[in-house]
Amino acid sequence: MSAPAPCAKRRHAHAILWGVRLTAKRTVWSLLTLWLLSAIVFAGGQWLPGDIGRAMLGPLADASAVAALNHQLGADQPLLEQYANWLANLLRGDLGISYAYRTPVAPVIGAALLHSLKLGALAFAIVVPLGIAGGVYAALHAGRPLDRLVSVIGLSAAVVPEFVSAILLILVFGVWLRWLPIEAQFAPDANIATQLQHLVLPALPLVFVFFGYIARMARTGTVAALDADYTRTAILKGLPRRTVILRHVLPNALAPTIAVATTQIGYMIGGLVVVETLFHYDGIGSLIYHAAQSKDFPMLEAGVLAIGMVYTVANLCADLLMLALNPRLRTGALP
Amino acid sequence: MTTPAKFDPPAGGEAHAAALAIAEAEWAATPGLGATLLHSGTFMTGAAIVSFWVLCALIGTHVGLQDPYALDLLNAVLPPSATHWFGTDQLGRDVFARVIAGARDILTIAPLATLLGTAAGTALGLAAGYFEGLLDAVLGRILEALLALPLVILALGALAALGASNATVIVVIGLTFAPITARTVRAAVLAERHLDYVSAAQLRGEPAWSIMGSEILPNVLPSIIVEATVRLGYAIFTVATLSFLGFGIQPPSPDWGLAMADHYTLMAGGAWWTVAFDALAIASLVVGVNLMADGVQEALDR
Repeated sequence: MSAPAPCAKRRHAHAILWGVRLTAKRTVWSLLTLWLLSAIVFAGGQWLPGDIGRAMLGPLADASAVAALNHQLGADQPLLEQYANWLANLLRGDLGISYAYRTPVAPVIGAALLHSLKLGALAFAIVVPLGIAGGVYAALHAGRPLDRLVSVIGLSAAVVPEFVSAILLILVFGVWLRWLPIEAQFAPDANIATQLQHLVLPALPLVFVFFGYIARMARTGTVAALDADYTRTAILKGLPRRTVILRHVLPNALAPTIAVATTQIGYMIGGLVVVETLFHYDGIGSLIYHAAQSKDFPMLEAGVLAIGMVYTVANLCADLLMLALNPRLRTGALP
Repeated sequence: MTTPAKFDPPAGGEAHAAALAIAEAEWAATPGLGATLLHSGTFMTGAAIVSFWVLCALIGTHVGLQDPYALDLLNAVLPPSATHWFGTDQLGRDVFARVIAGARDILTIAPLATLLGTAAGTALGLAAGYFEGLLDAVLGRILEALLALPLVILALGALAALGASNATVIVVIGLTFAPITARTVRAAVLAERHLDYVSAAQLRGEPAWSIMGSEILPNVLPSIIVEATVRLGYAIFTVATLSFLGFGIQPPSPDWGLAMADHYTLMAGGAWWTVAFDALAIASLVVGVNLMADGVQEALDR
């Protein structure tokens, strides 16, 4: 604070440069991950269905018809050429034609992602505050029975598969109490309140799974912050407990928690497969499930790729968020 | 090894000997892993739950319960009663007998998949951590790209192409677990990699595979054990989920996930007993396994 202005300015510029370099590095790594993922998906798509024409036409089809279809789909070209074409199409946003729908895959994926985003956002809006509250509460009561209770509930809720909690929730709130609709899909013109009503029950299994992780992170972060020197200093300065917790403990405790919450977005999509299928909701999860069931490989590949993309971007955001929250970068006090 | 007799006792030898004795006594008093686990409430609760289901898997069909496969269409979807404790399902099969017998497949597939994933992941992680450099970088990038896909999605894609059977489920889950285990093992190996005992073994001219296997592996074993117990919980989670989606254990197995997939449409009509007991069985098994994993982790962290 009392450092001479030019020096502070230089340190600040240095910090910004460091931040920019790190951001660039992370972005390049993410792009590399995405490219590798696309290669893996392409390889999987090549290797898994075997003979594409045979898979589409069935075991009884004529060999010449199979060959003709393979030619039409480009499956008889050299592998590298196929990959180059596939990648070029991918970069143009052309993800192929769905075997099952006979329409381009991309718009279907886009619409489904939007639907899933809505469901995921609701789950997130519920679980992040709830998890942080639970974790901070547990940390402030560390070692007492309530702390233990939060951690046992969190652990148990996190490990029970979504379909199990979903079915128990449907049973209790949909069938016995009749409080909530058990179908997630609302009419296209439904207002926000109706949409929310339909989405609450499907969001809850996702909330269960992530509550434990977020609460655990928030607890660990808070316990560490409570134990840190700056907290001791703040207490010894005679600041009221409330101020110490709000000004000194929570900001330091929650940065890693928020980052962890962001990395969980990818895992949440795994849960969407089950939840969307169970509640008949037209999102990316149920799309992938139905594509897998009907062996609609272009749709499956595109869906998997889309999910990998969402995950990678979410991870990048988490990294950058951590960077932005890093007090050393803000103040220019670098290692 | 040098014999201590060759050296003069250090100055203040008595104090030194006393300190040594104390250290030895402390070491002897440190309870072994087994004893620590026996005193861990978390572990023992989990172990009790898991043992119950293992017992059901082993002898569930031999203790005089009703036949879990016997159809009785005239008595389908009966609520719980004295004859059918948990009621009957839509084909008139006894739900109680099926819930007990349903432990078998999942408790075969999940541990085998975990074993495969742990073995493959350990090998990959040892190699990546030991050789560092290019191999580590390339392997790490590929693993990270694979980890960008949720487990269920990865398994779903592979099983859609390969066809679902007990064997393919084991292989697919095992191989999807391998990168995750590899990451943990690699981190543990990196911490050991530059310690003196590794350099000593290299100087002795031991081959790389021998250093990895007999020098480093025993020292990273605790991390592998913790990882494997956690993975077992995930394996059960994933097998149940895949079975529920129709890509895991196949009919007519009395598997819990499969039973819930078959019957959840009956639930809206009020036949709760066709899904509720299976749901509780899965929930109790995964919670039990994870309590054990938590207990092991706590014990090893000491």
